[in-house]
Amino acid sequence: MSKYILNRTFSMVVTLIGVSILVFLMMHLIPGDPVTYILGDFASEEAIVEMKSTLGLDQPLFIQYIDYIKNVLQGDLGTSYITGLTVIEEITARFPITVQLALYSLIIGSVVGILMGILAAVKQNTIFDQLAMVISLIGISAPGFWIALFLIWIFSYQFSVFPISGYQGFYSLILPSITLGLGSAGNIARMTRSSMLEVIKQDFMRTAQAKGLAMIPMIFKHALQNAMIPVITLIGLQFGFLLAGAVVIETVFALPGLGSFSIEAITKRDLPTVQGLVLFMAFLFIITNMIVDLVYSLVDPRIKY
Amino acid sequence: MSSSAPKLTDSETKFNPPQNNRDSEVKSKTYWSLVGKRIITNKSAVSGACILLFFVSISLLAPWIAPHSVDVMNFEQRFLPPGGQHLLGTDDFGRDIFSRILYGGRVSLMMGLVAVLIAGVIGVILGMISGYYRRFDIYIMQVMDILLAFPSLLLAIAIIAVLGVGLTNAMIAVAISAIPSYVRVVRGSVLSIREKEYIEAVKALGVSDFKIILKHVFPNVLSPIIVLSSLQFGTSILVAAALSFLGLGAQPPTPEWGSMAYVGKAFLGQAWWMSLFPGLAIMLVVLGFNLLGDGLRDALDPRQK
Repeated sequence: MSKYILNRTFSMVVTLIGVSILVFLMMHLIPGDPVTYILGDFASEEAIVEMKSTLGLDQPLFIQYIDYIKNVLQGDLGTSYITGLTVIEEITARFPITVQLALYSLIIGSVVGILMGILAAVKQNTIFDQLAMVISLIGISAPGFWIALFLIWIFSYQFSVFPISGYQGFYSLILPSITLGLGSAGNIARMTRSSMLEVIKQDFMRTAQAKGLAMIPMIFKHALQNAMIPVITLIGLQFGFLLAGAVVIETVFALPGLGSFSIEAITKRDLPTVQGLVLFMAFLFIITNMIVDLVYSLVDPRIKY
Repeated sequence: MSSSAPKLTDSETKFNPPQNNRDSEVKSKTYWSLVGKRIITNKSAVSGACILLFFVSISLLAPWIAPHSVDVMNFEQRFLPPGGQHLLGTDDFGRDIFSRILYGGRVSLMMGLVAVLIAGVIGVILGMISGYYRRFDIYIMQVMDILLAFPSLLLAIAIIAVLGVGLTNAMIAVAISAIPSYVRVVRGSVLSIREKEYIEAVKALGVSDFKIILKHVFPNVLSPIIVLSSLQFGTSILVAAALSFLGLGAQPPTPEWGSMAYVGKAFLGQAWWMSLFPGLAIMLVVLGFNLLGDGLRDALDPRQK
């Protein structure tokens, strides 16, 4: 196990270095000079040279990258042109909203998806199965922003149950979480159904049935536990995708999270912020995938690293 | 093994292939006719194909069937609800939503098509090289792992940050974010095919690598490519629509479904039809591709059913 963790950590570090190089190069390919952006079009030649030297932009690209990585390792992701705060301060302030949104969505998506998947598998080839699969397919196919607008129209404009937009605590995260959760519920339901169908057909399930075990404990104690491995993989992967999906949903609901901030940074060409946010989100995605890998062995003792 | 095998003369190598080609042609015809039959009898594939046929037809026939002009503004007819002269209502400029959805289909479907074509061509070539020539494998897959460290929407947004906002750039961004999926699928298939005995046999006959890849490997990885393309088409349309919705893709007044929904968001309380109908069109098209993809997977690889 420890050897596996070591290997996995090594490959994660290699990927992270690659990601940092990619993000660094991408941001340097962006047309337009950040110095002109900061000082304006009418800055003097001396001021431009001085600012370039202050920002380290007069150095070769490789040196700039090394400086950048040194700063990143010290927790310095640069300073936002928009707000004047450091990117880390921005992330610290906004991350709790994004992570709450992703977590609530994941909980909604997992509960709804697993229950729908179980129902579809147990009632295979019945109207329940078909209905569950049609709903999950619609959940996968519908754009997140469309579900969001639909829910806002019903619950905010027609019934005034939830706020239309903005962040006022947990209450204002309910609709966004349902929106994001429905999309992942579709994927989880399909995976749970196919995994459950495989397990249900196995001999030990027939034995459990022959012993006269009641339906509910048979499904939840025997079938579900064995069917959960691919589902857990998917749930883990969904967390990363939900963080990215939050970009759209936060924009629709005007939530002050990382997603809406990254769109603002792109449209206003705030390079350090874009660079920092993309790197941070990719880092989270990679870490999540690694944790998912390690959780396998806890769920299924047959898996040994 | 190939180096120790005796070299055959041209006449010897040319003697057997016609017989083999005829055999493989017959087998291939039988295989594809069987697949065709499976597709026709597959409810999921047929319903998906019908939905797509409908949307492709109305998009192509838009100039003839659109009841109103797509660009002409009529301020006296702003925010008219669905019904009467305007089947799906009018927008904030008094333009007919139904006509704009018909024309918008051209843009949205084209975005999906271009993205899948670019990603497919590059992804298949890289996947073939990675799977067949193991010496390139580690480099290509490391780059793919780095790209996979970003959720596809986040990667597309990061690329837009570099390339700038716009329809063409959105297509390129969506295509780049879809490449890793193709590389992974094709590489996996090629890895198993290259170990097959018939590949060893043609290698022993002295056939060039290029011919082996083109004539013997590629036809055998076609099935997963077709299935992936169908599913990826839907995903690409979703990502492209999300980019347009965020204001990073197609820009108003281009009648693109995502940007139409974005414009309608500001008037959701008074004209829900402005956002909900374009979003419904996206959902139905993506649903069509998902149904078709599921059906094709069942038809092309019945073991996975």
